[in-house]
Amino acid sequence: MKPPLFAYRAPTTLDEAIKFMAGNADAMVLAGGQSLMPAMNFRLANPSMLVDIQHVEGLTGITIESGRIVIKAMTRHRELELNADVRRANPLIAETMAHVAHIPIRNRGTVVGSLCHADPSAEMPLMFVLLDGMLVAKGSNGTRHIPAQQFFQSFLTTARKQDEIVVEAHLPVLPSGAGWAFDEVTRRHGDYALVGVGCVLELEDGRAKGVRLAACGIADRPIRLGAAESALNGTTLASGDLDAAVWTTADAVTQTDDMNTSASFRRRVLGTLIRRLVHTAALRAQNRSRP
Amino acid sequence: MSTRTFGARIERNIDPKLLRGEGAFVDDIPLTNVLHVAFLRSPMARARIAKLDVTAAKNYPGVAAIYTCDDIGPLDMPMPLLIPHPSMKNPKTQGPLARGDVHYVGQTIAMVVAVDRYTAEDAAALIEVEFEPLPVEMDLEKALQDGAPLVHPDVPNNLAAHFVQVSGDPDGAFARAEHITRIQIQVDRSTAAPMECRAVAARWDAVSGELTVWDGTQAPISVRGGLASIFQLDEDKVRVIAPDVGGGFGQKVLLFYPDELLVPMAAIQLGRPVKYIEDRRENFIGSSQERTQIHVIELAAMRTGEVIGLRDSFLHDTGAFIPYGIAVAQVASTSIAGPYRIPNIWVEFKAVYTPTVQVTPYRGCGRPQACFATERAMDQLAEDLGIDRFEIRHRNFIGESEFPYPREGLLFADGLKVTLDSGQYSKALGMAIASLGGSQFLAEQEKARGEGKYLGLGLACYVEGTGLGPYEGGHIRIHPITGKVYVNTGLSTQGQGHDTVFAQIVADQLGVSPEEVIVVEGDTKAFDWGVATFASRAAVVSGNAIHKAAITVRRKVLEAAANMLEIDIGQVELHDSAAWIKGSNRFVPLAAIATASNPLRYAFNEAAQAATQFAPASKHDGPPLGEGQSPGIEATEYYSPSQSTWAYGVHAAVVEVDPQLCTVKIRKYVCVHDCGNMINPMIVEGQVMGGIAQGIGGALYEHLDYQPDGNLSNASLMDFLVPYATEIPPVSVLHLETPSPLNPLGVKGVGEAGCIAVGAVVASGVEDALRPLGPVKVRQVPLTPRMISEALEKIGH
Amino acid sequence: MRRAQIRPAIPERSEDPRVEVALTVNGQPVRRTVSVRMLLSDFLRHELGLTGTHVGCEHGVCGCCTVHIGGKAGRSCLTLAVQANGFEVRTIEDVAGEDGILHPIQQAFKECHALQCGFCTPGMVMNILSRFQEPEPLDLSEDGIRDMLSGNLCRCTGYINIIAAVRRAAELLGRE
Repeated sequence: MKPPLFAYRAPTTLDEAIKFMAGNADAMVLAGGQSLMPAMNFRLANPSMLVDIQHVEGLTGITIESGRIVIKAMTRHRELELNADVRRANPLIAETMAHVAHIPIRNRGTVVGSLCHADPSAEMPLMFVLLDGMLVAKGSNGTRHIPAQQFFQSFLTTARKQDEIVVEAHLPVLPSGAGWAFDEVTRRHGDYALVGVGCVLELEDGRAKGVRLAACGIADRPIRLGAAESALNGTTLASGDLDAAVWTTADAVTQTDDMNTSASFRRRVLGTLIRRLVHTAALRAQNRSRP
Repeated sequence: MSTRTFGARIERNIDPKLLRGEGAFVDDIPLTNVLHVAFLRSPMARARIAKLDVTAAKNYPGVAAIYTCDDIGPLDMPMPLLIPHPSMKNPKTQGPLARGDVHYVGQTIAMVVAVDRYTAEDAAALIEVEFEPLPVEMDLEKALQDGAPLVHPDVPNNLAAHFVQVSGDPDGAFARAEHITRIQIQVDRSTAAPMECRAVAARWDAVSGELTVWDGTQAPISVRGGLASIFQLDEDKVRVIAPDVGGGFGQKVLLFYPDELLVPMAAIQLGRPVKYIEDRRENFIGSSQERTQIHVIELAAMRTGEVIGLRDSFLHDTGAFIPYGIAVAQVASTSIAGPYRIPNIWVEFKAVYTPTVQVTPYRGCGRPQACFATERAMDQLAEDLGIDRFEIRHRNFIGESEFPYPREGLLFADGLKVTLDSGQYSKALGMAIASLGGSQFLAEQEKARGEGKYLGLGLACYVEGTGLGPYEGGHIRIHPITGKVYVNTGLSTQGQGHDTVFAQIVADQLGVSPEEVIVVEGDTKAFDWGVATFASRAAVVSGNAIHKAAITVRRKVLEAAANMLEIDIGQVELHDSAAWIKGSNRFVPLAAIATASNPLRYAFNEAAQAATQFAPASKHDGPPLGEGQSPGIEATEYYSPSQSTWAYGVHAAVVEVDPQLCTVKIRKYVCVHDCGNMINPMIVEGQVMGGIAQGIGGALYEHLDYQPDGNLSNASLMDFLVPYATEIPPVSVLHLETPSPLNPLGVKGVGEAGCIAVGAVVASGVEDALRPLGPVKVRQVPLTPRMISEALEKIGH
Repeated sequence: MRRAQIRPAIPERSEDPRVEVALTVNGQPVRRTVSVRMLLSDFLRHELGLTGTHVGCEHGVCGCCTVHIGGKAGRSCLTLAVQANGFEVRTIEDVAGEDGILHPIQQAFKECHALQCGFCTPGMVMNILSRFQEPEPLDLSEDGIRDMLSGNLCRCTGYINIIAAVRRAAELLGRE
């Protein structure tokens, strides 16, 4: 399983990189390679050119500014996962990232790369959709800020244009007092999620507010469960409220059946995860509630 | 027999080398100017090859040669049928490269030889091939019906073999039974998935006329014999070496895979070494698979729970070809009654061709399927009769005093009648239950239910016929000058630690430490009488052969030492690599004894001087080598078992089922096993635990997902779920040692022990866990979340 | 080929575009010109002759090919040799002492019978070593060690002894 031939470019500036992407319809960006290289080794991906961006200036590092966590294109999963400032600012990130493949993959793979790969069962796209993250893409026509929900269009399909390179991605700092939770059902540890759910919420006087709920693995892209969020906001998160919220997700599962999973299985799991994770997030929220 | 190192948990001799990355696997062997092979493999399960044009591929830069079935001369014929058996009417084996028709996705159509593997794959993609698809039937039952698409046009109903075995009077037993339990079970297809895929490298020396083949095989001697015959070379001009091999598990005992013939052929034709390193995708679609069986099993019982008769009729999926004969189905048939008396047995199987990768043994070789059938049936029988699951086993176990226990009418894979030789089945069951907390578990289970958790206890018992013949050999030489002890045998290791286990056997006899014993196996130049590593036989067959040779060498050492020390042989003892006069400090090192045994003319170093003609110790009356004497201290002996020796075990586990997430987690797993005397308990445990992990794979994760059109949709480790450490629970291995009465060392095989019972254990545990929710029956493995979800829906949960 | 036959003319190398790759391997500077698409795993094994790194799947799942790239465990089968330009790469051959003395992790493996065929072992050791070298505290609970090992497949041992070896290695290295 050896990769097919390609032209290789290792630009040192973003402009060079964009020119290469613009000039070759089949060019692909090579960052961490943890999604692209398996596809190439299987000869399922056959780019005419690989544009290796690891030497491009200005694409490394993590910063936190104005309530935003800024993750650059070459930031490896493990860097983000272990960053102490990020853990404080948004503990959901580390909890979610512990489920992303395995440490050696996280050492090399990049967060932005995972977003651009857009596997509907992946954890990073889910996290960005859940938190209304933002992706910043630069191309021959300038810079675009693309909200996460618009970025993920379909199975392995994003809003990124051929000549664009996503240079950074933003996640919010969690509101002080917010609770969070992430979990997924996989076959083996580290596999893609059969169903994954993320939740963030705040509590005010014992009632939920600012509820965020999203799921991966149930459709061709991560799905914000807006109706469920509405059903929970303002409630005490009693079991009847949870039932009502789960009930709204009945049609959210559109992923086709396979050997391991069926739609009814995914719905069962989705409902269970929603209930359990809202509960967990609520417990955590209480720990950080305002006086 | 001294037991100083036999039975000891000695660390392995081979480990430092492997840990430092100094292993020599086939792809590590340095070969100058080697060429690389890639195959064009069929993307269709059944089709006629309408067009095959290799012109573009041939002209691709870096390509040395392209071969199709028209280019391989006498090799273009069906490869050998290894184990003939009268139950097969018209057995089919594949040719190295498809001619006319393809029969499974992955079948080799053309071979590309090029300067590197990258180039070879490029060229393979340039081969123009067109197919006329043929209809495909993947369902076993449908494949047998009239009118079903045929895998082979001249094999009606896709029936590869039909075989019935009868022991006792099953009809009579079923007639007088007070209760009959009948269930259907299914085990799904899996594959060995060794970490090192298959690999073959060949070098032809046109000057000496010698062919050297490095092959990641479990059967180097058998491969050598085949190659010599097929290439019409003298056997002594063909050397096959199984170097370090990264796991075999049965997949690598089959011969021949197409590459095993085509790579040597290319090396001979092209005048350069050639190698084929199978990649993981190819391992999934080209190397043997196993496990698919559907059993309808009936137990005829009295109300006391005594099972007086068993009827089992099963379908066995043999894939598109049947090179290994009916071995897997036969082993399943003869293991079906497990450790139970059941004196009346009727077992029938139909081996069915399907357009899939051929089926040859994978660790367990049919025993897991048989165990699953019998143990699920026993659980159901217990429930039907209202008898405790453990109690019903006790009532049916063959008692210690009943051995040897023959099953007339059942012939095992070695062609000999099944006779269980020894065991303590009831004791093993008791140990398993005690290990999981005995009756306390019920209280734990109750408490968990109160917390909304579903725990279950699963159990299964099995027997394992091991150590079959025909024979193996052992050769031992103590080298002159250095005194090093060399041991050779004909079979080979794929990680089982033969280098240490065999060293322990020899060390005790010769009074040396196991680290000083050098075991060289897997090389036909070192030793070339023997069969292969399979069916849990190395310790039994090679071990006993080596033991016999060690006894002979020991005697020679004692005689020579008595001579040199000028003392009666009864006064000599061996330890610390020397021969000592008992109760004194006088000794002569083994090295000196070995040196003296080989009279020399030329001394090439100081130690050698002692053996030359004018040295003080040399004889001056009569020939230096006496009549009937051989130079050196060495011996070759063979061991041929009179029959298989039957190991056994009881496995049990606590599982937790989460009905909301449809997940199964094994909380604790215990295995009580008995493989007779253990040479190295640490290595035995390693074998058992490895088998259990593969068993867990088969119980919950590993399923080859063949589509209705014959395509394998999960031909990668991403989607074929070999368990990681996170999927394997804490495992407790408990030993019982009931020595085998059948061989001098009292050992039984253990290589396959771990994997046999796991599916049944997990199924049993999951049923027990979900019992409060309703009658969930687990009759198929691997058990997936989807299956649990559907089972729960069925009972309205 | 019979003796009298003339050996066919076969090229030595492919016509792939080639790139220069310069990196440090096991502390030594290395500069080679190789095919642009050569995987780091093949580069280490066949260009440099360091065959201790093994290839099990070429899609990043089995972990047999794990080496250290820039000081961290990574899959060499998912890395192009040219991607490793300028990096420090460390393989299993660099782990034991000069005199062959086993590193404590290797020693622990030997004591605990944590290897059988040895094919997955170099990748296991490199993964564990990398984790031990991170400043993050180690979770040496049953689940914590399993988590550390997930990502490395072993088909022989069933993992139980490998888990014990990690614990033993931590002991030998004075880690808690």
